[in-house]
Amino acid sequence: MADVRIDGVGKKYAGRAVLSDLSLTLNDGECFTLLGPSGCGKTVLMRLIAGFETPDCGVISIGGEPVADAASGQMLPPDKRGLGMVFQDYAVWPHMSVFDNVAYPLKLAGTDAVALRERTLRAVGLVGLSGLEARLPSQLSGGQQQRVALARALVSEPRLLLLDEPLNNLDANLREEMRFEIKALQQKLGITILYVTHDQEIALGISDRLAVMDENGVLRQIGAPEEVYERPVDDFVFRFLGIANFLPVRRDGDSLYIGGSMAAWVGPPPDKPGATLTAGFRPSDVLLARDEGGSDGLPGIIRRASFLGAQVDYLIDIAGTLVRAALPSHECLARNLLFVEGDRCRVELASVQWFEGNIVAGDRA
Amino acid sequence: MAYIELNQVTKRFGEVVAVNQLDLSIAQGECVAMLGPSGCGKTTTLRMVAGFEDLDDGEIRVGDKLISSKREKYYLPPEQRNFGMVFQAFAVWPHLSVFENVAFPLRVRKLPKAEIVARTEEALKHTNLLTAAAGSPDDLSGGGKQRVALARALAIRPDVMLLDEPLSSLDPHFREEMRFEIKDLQRRFGFSILYVTHDQSEAMALSDRILVMRSGLVQQVGTPLEVYGSPANRFVFEFIGLSCFLQAGLSPAGMSIDGVAHPWPAGVVPPDELVAAGSGLLAARPTEIDFVSERGVRGEVVRKAYLGETIDYRVMVGQAEVRVQKTRRVAGPAVGEFCGLDFLRPHWYPVD
Amino acid sequence: MSTAKDSRFGTPEILFGLSVAVLVIVVAVPMLLIFFNAFWVDGHFNVADVVKVLRHPETYKALGNSLVLSVGVTITGTIVGTFFAWLVTRTDLPFKKSMKLLFLVPFMLPAFIGALAWKMLLSPRAGYINRFFMDVLGFDGPIFDIYTYAGIILVETMYLFPFVFIQVSGALERMDPTLEESARISGADLFTITRKITIPLVLPSILSGALLIMLYSMAHFGTVAVLGIETGIYNIPTLIYEKIHQSAGSFDSIRTATVLATVLVITAALILWLQNKVLSKGRYQIIAGKSFRPTELKLRGLRVPLFVFCLLYIGFTIVLPTATIFMVGGLKTYGLPFTAENLTLANYNHILFEWDLTRDAIWNSISLGLSSALVTMFAGVVISYVIVKMKVRGKGILEFLGMLPFSVPGSVIALGVILAWSGKFGVNLYNTVWIILLAYIARYMAFSLKANSAALEQVHDSLVEAARASGATMAQALRDIVIPLVRPGMIAAFFLIFLPALRELTVSVLLYGPTTRTIGVAIYTLNEDGETVYSAALAGIALVIIVLGEVLIKRLVTGKNNS
Repeated sequence: MADVRIDGVGKKYAGRAVLSDLSLTLNDGECFTLLGPSGCGKTVLMRLIAGFETPDCGVISIGGEPVADAASGQMLPPDKRGLGMVFQDYAVWPHMSVFDNVAYPLKLAGTDAVALRERTLRAVGLVGLSGLEARLPSQLSGGQQQRVALARALVSEPRLLLLDEPLNNLDANLREEMRFEIKALQQKLGITILYVTHDQEIALGISDRLAVMDENGVLRQIGAPEEVYERPVDDFVFRFLGIANFLPVRRDGDSLYIGGSMAAWVGPPPDKPGATLTAGFRPSDVLLARDEGGSDGLPGIIRRASFLGAQVDYLIDIAGTLVRAALPSHECLARNLLFVEGDRCRVELASVQWFEGNIVAGDRA
Repeated sequence: MAYIELNQVTKRFGEVVAVNQLDLSIAQGECVAMLGPSGCGKTTTLRMVAGFEDLDDGEIRVGDKLISSKREKYYLPPEQRNFGMVFQAFAVWPHLSVFENVAFPLRVRKLPKAEIVARTEEALKHTNLLTAAAGSPDDLSGGGKQRVALARALAIRPDVMLLDEPLSSLDPHFREEMRFEIKDLQRRFGFSILYVTHDQSEAMALSDRILVMRSGLVQQVGTPLEVYGSPANRFVFEFIGLSCFLQAGLSPAGMSIDGVAHPWPAGVVPPDELVAAGSGLLAARPTEIDFVSERGVRGEVVRKAYLGETIDYRVMVGQAEVRVQKTRRVAGPAVGEFCGLDFLRPHWYPVD
Repeated sequence: MSTAKDSRFGTPEILFGLSVAVLVIVVAVPMLLIFFNAFWVDGHFNVADVVKVLRHPETYKALGNSLVLSVGVTITGTIVGTFFAWLVTRTDLPFKKSMKLLFLVPFMLPAFIGALAWKMLLSPRAGYINRFFMDVLGFDGPIFDIYTYAGIILVETMYLFPFVFIQVSGALERMDPTLEESARISGADLFTITRKITIPLVLPSILSGALLIMLYSMAHFGTVAVLGIETGIYNIPTLIYEKIHQSAGSFDSIRTATVLATVLVITAALILWLQNKVLSKGRYQIIAGKSFRPTELKLRGLRVPLFVFCLLYIGFTIVLPTATIFMVGGLKTYGLPFTAENLTLANYNHILFEWDLTRDAIWNSISLGLSSALVTMFAGVVISYVIVKMKVRGKGILEFLGMLPFSVPGSVIALGVILAWSGKFGVNLYNTVWIILLAYIARYMAFSLKANSAALEQVHDSLVEAARASGATMAQALRDIVIPLVRPGMIAAFFLIFLPALRELTVSVLLYGPTTRTIGVAIYTLNEDGETVYSAALAGIALVIIVLGEVLIKRLVTGKNNS
């Protein structure tokens, strides 16, 4: 168990700064996620903490002990940092059985045979692989191999567990299952986890806190999942965390209009100043009603309707801007909201994030 | 009006019956998706329609023409069936330019030069490939390659389009886009589609009717809404979307789970034969369960995951786990709280 | 993978330095000496002399012969290889799998032993088949004279066509069947598909295999030496041999040889460059997706005749020559008919247990094979480690030097080694086994580098990093993770070198001394000296050793895969 302090860390590759003056603290025992687009430097940060890379400046300490200090040149090699690590490609050693893979860290630590066997079997049991100890990795599925990697990372009870996109190569169902399992293990063992991913759903689902990193390696926002999702500090964070709808809004005196049109804005009032604004909202914020001549909400036209099972997706034209809505199917059935293309509808917005200026609409799934 | 007709179509591979007495008719301009787990026989069925596999029983007709028949030992070769087909792995030819790929079916038909050019360009136009025509398909992304394959299939103006998991090699991002492109093309040209997929939301979004298959047997044929809302059996229910099950003891007096009595959820009446049998499976979709303060099946929230648009709950009812998914705007119970579950559209199945 | 701390000892630099040193001594120096000798006369750069050598009829005839023979073999070998590859992958030929394996057997048989067998069968006067036709059936002359261009091309084709066969059948098997199915559904019949889709898609593989045949045939010594000398058909390697051996190492003949060697190197480089171009530009991404078996062409009425044809081909190219070798090896005197009273095991006994010359040869080949395989295996793994895994400047040089001998014909390497190690630098290894060993190491280093690099590339960096994160030092990670994982590659490298070294002729024939004959040299010289029977017996023994070796390697490799 340990906290991690990153203080003013910078790293350059071929003259290009990937990270500069980055500071971050992971609390003892929390599951912390570093979320960002691919190539943003989040993996570099993890490798700096692991010791596979050396920082150009700054200090990294784990549990109060400096492990990398650029000023003094002091560097603890990765094998002395007391870490567990799980890689995207599993990195399970193909020539060793499940047991030997998991036992390897203990063997290196000189654990006596009885304790080694007992602790290895316990770790294998923890990830639900009991009975498969003698198998070779090639005889396991992708999900099972990832469990072996997890058991191997946990067996020596490391103070810090680093997870580098460990669920990327798994299919959707398995990914979800493993996400819950990692979370459950973390709660059970009270271990500190740093999880690196570009998948916002995993990040939201697994973390106690998460940090959103942009393409330039800058941390935009740090907070609990709900906080970051419901109160994003800027449109980058808003876009990155899910499907984002943007509707341009123009302020003319006391009146609000949509984009360049004369259609009046109906919905939560802006909390930002300025003549040009953008209303940001999620598909789940869109509340639909049949257009029965009333004047509640914004008028819209259904451009595309897709029944997807549990959910119905609509693409709605509101005064020339296309927005996406997602409704639970049972609600659509119960309230007669199964629209077809060309239908007119009324749109109310449950909540809106206001951004200054006109932000070009774009999806980021 | 049936345009494509499969009558009692059967295919065996050794001992295994891959497709068992399958009947299906597809109307002109209709899109039918065959949905099922891998190995259920859906691809074999498609390949029999295409003419790549012979039949072990039954026959296939298109329009008023017989194209495959076991009894008559008649199989029209694939190259004479005049179908369009798109494969999972794109199957565009890397040694030919995009234009030549699309022109190929017209060239083997020995059409006049001018017509070949005109029809190829038309197909390229509809798939937004005109600017890429001179280049190699290897320079295109997965989505681009699949467009070439679509254009090639379109060039002969087929009445029937066979699609074999055409989207599963694409990035999720492209998948949705291509889905709508295929739909648009169908609308414009009016061909019938027989579509193989294992992705249920793809099948829902694209097709007029869905055929659910399992181990070579048809489980249900119906519109997406029918298959989702009124699944024919437990397999269909489980295969189409998320599901959870509660094993309940049933008696005319009420319902019990793991020995604990629960009130009937409002309006939830199991079929008489299950009450008579004394037990049944209560099945529901995670999105179709509401939290209620009174009534309802009592359970304890053991996990709550905030996933952005939805909040995912795990509720233990006795020893059974129930998954509930609500949109983020619904304020649900916290972890450790007891709650009541109301099943909005439950289904009942016999315990196996 | 390396961390900043590891460079404290400068390990990468030391390994890099050692690797470069080994390759410079073994590869670079001999190669440079060839060019030096060819173009540098009395301290002056001299092209006029080179031109003079090239204008000598003997030289340009050999050049022409090399060209005619290799082009001929390439054409016939490509046709035969492509046809059989298509037959076993795309048609309903019976017993396709076994047929496929049988078509690979000629690869195991050394071409010069094949040539020897065909000489015994089809030499115009003494060949058994020709004699049968003339003596028994009363023909006026031989039905086929093997001592001709056609004969040489025929024999080389028999043993080189697998180059194309392997490439093309591999490409056809891996090819996504929907590429052909989509053409069918587009309206094309099977013939059109073969012409317009299949053949163009595998064309890069066909060309690549064809160029390998050409490269091999161009540099091939044995067959031309056995079949061509009688009627004065020389190619470059046999002329180099002639110059070095017959002229007792005079300055002029060495110069001629170096010029010939230079021409050979340039041609080989050209062929490899072409092959690279074909591979990099034309190899299509044709592997993908869930696969069904490709539609098989129904041969219908041709099914049985084609099957019989394949069997006859295999019988004619494998069984007949092999049987001939063993039978002739058992004859009391060459030329006797194959009757029971003429056959004896005494020859084999004599060769194995009594005669120093052949016993030495067997011992030399085995020990040379073992030691060159061991040295290159270990040197190869270190050098490939530097190339694949280490971040050091200038490792491109290593790659270049290591792969260079792959494109350099054996006779050129042998010549370079002679120039370098016959006292020039105070070391004279001529007539010792060491000079052959050096040449073998240079020749086979590329094999080892290929096998070991492939194995090392499979060892992803994350596997080592996972060990480091588990608490292993760099040395422990190497010991526990890297070495065990590249072991199969090393074993493969060992056999890739040991087996060819065992039957090697081209290099050792230029380097052997009175006591340092290899098996290949012994077979060849015995044949030259008219000791046909002993030559055949030794060839028979060589075949047995080779087949045993191949079986052993198959066992080891499949055993590895199963565990």
